[in-house]
Amino acid sequence: MTTTTGGTPAEPQPLLEAEDLTVDLLSGTPGAPRSRRVVRGVSFTLHEGETLALIGESGSGKSLSAMALMGLLPATTAEVGGSVRHRGTDLLALHPDALRARRGKHIAMIFQDALSALNPTLTVGFQIAEVIRAHEQVGRREARARAVELMARVRIPDPARRYRDYPHQFSGGMRQRIMIASALALSPDVLIADEPTTALDVTVQAQIMELLAELRESTGSALLLITHDLGLAATAADRVAIMYAGHIVEQAPVEDLYDRPAHPYTEGLLAALPRLEGPPDDLTPIPGTPPAPGPLPPGCSFRPRCPAARDSCATRQPALLPAPPARLVACHYPLEASSAR
Amino acid sequence: MPDDVTDTGKSPTVTAAAPAAPVLLEARGLVRHYTSGGPFGIGRGRATVRAVDGVDLALRSGSTLGLVGESGCGKSTLTRLLLALDRPTSGTVRVDGRDLLGLPRSELRRRRRDIQLVMQDPYTSLDPRMTALEIVREPMDVHRAPEAKHSRSARARELMEMVGLDPDHGHRHPHQFSGGQRQRLGIARALALRPRILLCDEPVSALDVSVQAQVMNLLKELQRTFGLSYVFIAHDLAVVRNIADEVAVMYLGRIVEQGDRDTVYGRPAHPYTRALLSAVPEPDPRRRGESERIVLQGDPPSPARPPAGCPFHTRCWKSEKVCTEKRPVLTPTEPGGERRVACHFPEND
Repeated sequence: MTTTTGGTPAEPQPLLEAEDLTVDLLSGTPGAPRSRRVVRGVSFTLHEGETLALIGESGSGKSLSAMALMGLLPATTAEVGGSVRHRGTDLLALHPDALRARRGKHIAMIFQDALSALNPTLTVGFQIAEVIRAHEQVGRREARARAVELMARVRIPDPARRYRDYPHQFSGGMRQRIMIASALALSPDVLIADEPTTALDVTVQAQIMELLAELRESTGSALLLITHDLGLAATAADRVAIMYAGHIVEQAPVEDLYDRPAHPYTEGLLAALPRLEGPPDDLTPIPGTPPAPGPLPPGCSFRPRCPAARDSCATRQPALLPAPPARLVACHYPLEASSAR
Repeated sequence: MPDDVTDTGKSPTVTAAAPAAPVLLEARGLVRHYTSGGPFGIGRGRATVRAVDGVDLALRSGSTLGLVGESGCGKSTLTRLLLALDRPTSGTVRVDGRDLLGLPRSELRRRRRDIQLVMQDPYTSLDPRMTALEIVREPMDVHRAPEAKHSRSARARELMEMVGLDPDHGHRHPHQFSGGQRQRLGIARALALRPRILLCDEPVSALDVSVQAQVMNLLKELQRTFGLSYVFIAHDLAVVRNIADEVAVMYLGRIVEQGDRDTVYGRPAHPYTRALLSAVPEPDPRRRGESERIVLQGDPPSPARPPAGCPFHTRCWKSEKVCTEKRPVLTPTEPGGERRVACHFPEND
């Protein structure tokens, strides 16, 4: 694997490229099938060594996008459209076996809930070693040695002894370290972390994020961080994409996005956020609630909650368009243009 | 019983945001230990979990006391004790100067109206088979509220309106409401008996940011309108800062720091408070790496096996010999000051 680091040079081939990704959740009976669109055409790129945060509230489609990327949505319950290219190869078009080989080896995922992502009946060491043995021709002994080494790398104290412990014998933070160890087992170049610290206390979250940052630094792998937490994204990401109702509505380098949000939804989120600095006044909530999955009315899906909506917002759906220098925004009247701030 | 609990007799429990307001709810030397393991709680495998291990609290009328702490610190047990849903191993809870647990059952039942609970999860705390109006009305029926039966429904509609819900949706069931609306319903229900105190246990942690702000503002507005007092329990320090007048930080069943909001957030004295504040990821990428972040090592110890001395010494970077031997007592950081800290080496910048 490569260890090329550094931001995003001119136009190199992206490591991971999602184009017009859609997810339809299937329900109902065979006689009367129903499908509801929850991811409505998501496109983004992830470059080597980069951290992209995909931020959204519940139901925005962020986690389903990640599951779709990884080919983890069962065909019986979800239909995935669009393309996901990893180093030029379309993952969605791959044979399941080929996809499985690539998953883990090149792209690995860290889930929110380590307790349910790990098998409770197997020792944690075995589960890490299993990942190695599934992808590489190595003996038990070597796999074991590498698993212990990985456990040491994610700083689990006394790894050789704890190799034989079961998931329930670890604290939440330690279990998340086990997950990270197994995700890193094959040195993937893309790591997808879906709310990796949401179930953890704030002091443990800080430990895990520090560990992730360190490991990324040393391995040079790219990170797709899926989170609802604007604070977490601000501390960890290079670029941020904001999702609303199954669309990416804004994407920008992290400082641009927080300093000068262009989409009214982004601005609304930032205004609604309680902070540790500044006057603790009343917050400015976004009125209303996000739309339910399924068909959307025409026009911009944020319009019913948008303070800046005009007539045309009800008829035309805004496309995600470049707003130089480095921003993409899906809004007919982005804030910078109207110099709202 | 920990030996230093007796000290609480000397140090006044009182802390104040508005010194004039009287203390409405007061906990003194509150201890709740649970025994577990072993048949009948005896023999091998028996453990005493010191869930709440000597807590003093005072809530002033019309103010909000924020209680922060990580999982396992005893927040939820403390909630149950304050609601008199659980009996403390020792200590007292007084509402308006009256010891709740000393009251006869019928009187306790009546007194309970004064203090109501807003629960964390609006998805599981409402009966899915009841309509919104039934949910809001139920406490009045149970407590045989003074309102005549027919006017209870009118009152329930009024309550729905008060929390920003359309009373015409009163026939709907919980699943037909969004998360934020369900939490509003939970608040309306908690207000049905005209309580003076609301105990809010993580009331916004299940909600999305945009909706969380709506509910926070609603709580503040209701407080202003009805002069309510809140105990606001949350793990999110930014949320607590936004609503609390006073803050108490809990660690392993004890309060390690307590004081008015601006002092505790602006000049935290306990190393744990500092670490907590420093661990909160700020939504401002420009501040990345600006301030020295304190990343604590390890996890909080189990309340079944709390360390000797200061409960925080196993994770504290300032720990010295005395910390492993002697448990620090909550004392004012300045003579006569309102902010108190339980630390042998408090920060004093």
